[in-house]
Amino acid sequence: MIVGEQKPIAEIKRMVAPYKKLLILGCGTCVSTCFAGGKDEVATLASALRLAFRAEGGEIEVEELTVERQCENEFIQEAAAGAARNSAVLSLACGAGVQAIARRFGRTPVLPGVNTSFIGVLERQGVFTEECIGCGNCELAVFGGICPITRCSKKLLNGPCGGSQGGKCEIDPETDCAWQLIIDRLRVLGQMDNLRTYIPPKDWRSSISGGPRKLVREDLIV
Amino acid sequence: MNPEPQSGLQRVLSEGGFAVTAECGPPRGGNAEVIRDKGRWLKGCVDAVNVTDNQTAIVRMSSIAACVHLQQMGLEPVMQMVTRDRNRIALQSDIMGAYSLGIRNILCLSGDHQTFGSQPDAMNVFDIDSINLLRAVQTMRDEGRDMSGYELDGPPRMFIGAVANPFADPLDYHVIRLAKKIEAGADFIQTQCVYNLERFKEWMRLAREEGLTDRVHILAGVTPLRSLRMTQHMASKVAGMDVPDSVRKRMAGAPRGKVAEEGTRICLETIAELRQIEGVHGVHIMAIGGEEKVSEIVEAAGLTPGPAVA
Ligand code: SF4
Ligand code: SF4
Repeated sequence: MIVGEQKPIAEIKRMVAPYKKLLILGCGTCVSTCFAGGKDEVATLASALRLAFRAEGGEIEVEELTVERQCENEFIQEAAAGAARNSAVLSLACGAGVQAIARRFGRTPVLPGVNTSFIGVLERQGVFTEECIGCGNCELAVFGGICPITRCSKKLLNGPCGGSQGGKCEIDPETDCAWQLIIDRLRVLGQMDNLRTYIPPKDWRSSISGGPRKLVREDLIV
Repeated sequence: MNPEPQSGLQRVLSEGGFAVTAECGPPRGGNAEVIRDKGRWLKGCVDAVNVTDNQTAIVRMSSIAACVHLQQMGLEPVMQMVTRDRNRIALQSDIMGAYSLGIRNILCLSGDHQTFGSQPDAMNVFDIDSINLLRAVQTMRDEGRDMSGYELDGPPRMFIGAVANPFADPLDYHVIRLAKKIEAGADFIQTQCVYNLERFKEWMRLAREEGLTDRVHILAGVTPLRSLRMTQHMASKVAGMDVPDSVRKRMAGAPRGKVAEEGTRICLETIAELRQIEGVHGVHIMAIGGEEKVSEIVEAAGLTPGPAVA
């Protein structure tokens, strides 16, 4: 899923200050799963903002709405009336959702209420880890199912750097060294030979380096 | 390997000499005098000087420029190049430029992560890794082509080095990695500082068993410890460093005012032992911030720079 974190309330307050009527728009998919922008977070943020503005003698009218996904027109449509009624939309979706809303409601200012962090997994309650940068050409098969492009701090493809110690990465003793994980896993799988194979420089054209990406599925176009 | 040596370091090693190299860090600024001072200390006592490339991710004068300053003084530079800050386009371009300026040795590394350095807010590059860089330099030299396969007008003929850490875990894997670096083009290997001789010998034994020592020149790294603080720092703060208790105890047990002397003694004993190890073809002295001490060590160790057969 896309993992994100709600922005600090002070920053949100500054952003929404110029507007009298605000729609806080949640998203029921990824950001809901990581407790950053689902229905509950919309409600909590709405009360916090009302309280904060009231305490300072200011005023803001806040409307709440959460749609299933902010990255699909079918669901975005449900927010059309709310967007029209308010002077701004504070979207609690990921960066893609925020932009999809902005694109759809061209005359309404759309503000981001969440910092989009990464594509990751829920490792345990309250802990999320980054697993994939969406490089566009998945090579997990040679690396025992562990992505060095994402999880090695130096994106090394041919083995660990000299800083790997005790299974931890040189940048931080709390971070696992991806290469230690890869070596351990290849050992279990009996695929240590993969480590002897030279991995050529990555072709980054399929990644963001090749410019903004677009996926066209002719078979699905109607 | 490069057929007719253009590199002095290569000549020393191919003629069976025991090479002595030293490390030199460029200044944080444009003052070439700093480099020249270090050059004066090192001149005549080492075969080559290894010039770091924004080491520990602290912004400094470029390695290429510092190499040229040393070369103008008659020293033989080894240009370090890390893949942290430049993509493949910039790396290849700088290698060609360095060659055109007379630089004949390169040491390929991935580089310390920028979060350690003076500008942790920088974006890193890591377009390719150190092994990809080795292969790229080898291809430029041996096939005369850049990474795209384009035939070069004046291929850079570099003597190619890589680093190895005999103390990183797991040990057996790091021998595989050494093999991979040799396969990718490394002619010489500079190791992490040796304090743990037992572990180093074990690593060398595994390397010999795999036949690797016949295919590459290994230069063992040494750094004289100068103080208890430095010992502590090396033991606990420097990534990939292995300072055993025995060394720490010796440093801690040295009488006041004699701590640096003890560090030098340990260093000299280490060099003496390293010379006995089959497959070790030289030492690389990293006298961090103490380049003026290198000549003392070289002299006391009885090392003489230059080819074996003069
Ligand atoms: S190889 Fe690419 S697509 Fe596969 S996990 Fe890594 S970044 Fe994601
Ligand atoms: S310590 Fe491991 S994860 Fe960290 S940069 Fe080095 S190889 Fe990559």
